[in-house]
Amino acid sequence: MCTYVTVTRPVEGSGKGANGWFPVTDASVYVDHPTHAPYAHTVNIDFLNPAAGPGARVAVELTEESALALVEAIQAALAAAPAGIASRDQRV
Amino acid sequence: MGQDGEYDVRDAIQAGTVWITGAAGDEIEAYLAHPLGSKQHGGVVVIHHMPGYDEPTKEITRRLATYGFAAICPNLYSREAPGASPDDAAATVRAAGGVPDERLVEDVAGAAAYLRGLPGSNGKVGVIGYCSGGRQAFLAACRLPLDAAVDCYGAFVVGEPPAGFPLRVRPLLDEAPSLRCPLLGMFGADDQYPSPEQVAELDRELTRLGKPHEFHTYEGAGHAFFAVDRPSYRPQAATDGWRRIREFFDRHLSA
Repeated sequence: MCTYVTVTRPVEGSGKGANGWFPVTDASVYVDHPTHAPYAHTVNIDFLNPAAGPGARVAVELTEESALALVEAIQAALAAAPAGIASRDQRV
Repeated sequence: MGQDGEYDVRDAIQAGTVWITGAAGDEIEAYLAHPLGSKQHGGVVVIHHMPGYDEPTKEITRRLATYGFAAICPNLYSREAPGASPDDAAATVRAAGGVPDERLVEDVAGAAAYLRGLPGSNGKVGVIGYCSGGRQAFLAACRLPLDAAVDCYGAFVVGEPPAGFPLRVRPLLDEAPSLRCPLLGMFGADDQYPSPEQVAELDRELTRLGKPHEFHTYEGAGHAFFAVDRPSYRPQAATDGWRRIREFFDRHLSA
């Protein structure tokens, strides 16, 4: 099936795409057909910078289990670090 | 002996990128494949699936040319992502909310006009679409003067999208009274988008309206069973489906 469903969020940070590093401004998450992963459906995550064009994209296509493991890993890594250390309002 | 003494024109084709005028007068990229030789031919507009204007879709376009039709696949993502790779273009358009229906219809109209203007055109043009393009093929057949339409597992012709749906798609059943040409529908029994119940509902409505249509639902097949590069590919369903598509277009698009 094509779910059409796309969840988008504004994000801040950087990603490394085919043409090197670029500022990431948007993330899309959708459960749909992958381009490359050998499954009918995957959780697809795109880190994008629409202002820099379609090529400014870091893409992953993960199984459901992998996507949930990634969520857990992000939470575990953040929990293990001092709160706010990676915040946009962090002290440098 | 064929053109230039090189090819037998009975099966020779030519294919490549052209530029056509789409919605709002925009010049958009399209992939054209057409038979060589002087025989008159019908045309087919190919509407690509949501993953975009990709190699397998171009292969479908060439295949239709080998069947004796001029076939053209407009890049529906031309405007947002000119020159981008198909997957990047699809991601860009998806993040931006998808292709608006009104623009799609006018892009198909532009592609159909291009086909009718080709030397050798017999003036007849059909449309075929896959996945989201199946829905769009149905929409185009309701809004445009076309001669035949093929909907390959298009979701949301029948059935409301789930609540909170971020893309701008709506069901099209209310447009069915405007359907202007015969419709061939190809579906998988294991698909849920569209589900067999939704396919049956569309079938009933078209029958009630007296609209010529022919639906085939393949057991053991789900969504995207024509997609040769994906695990959903089902060779038996796809082979039989292609035979029916060819017969259908032969019947309705021949001079």
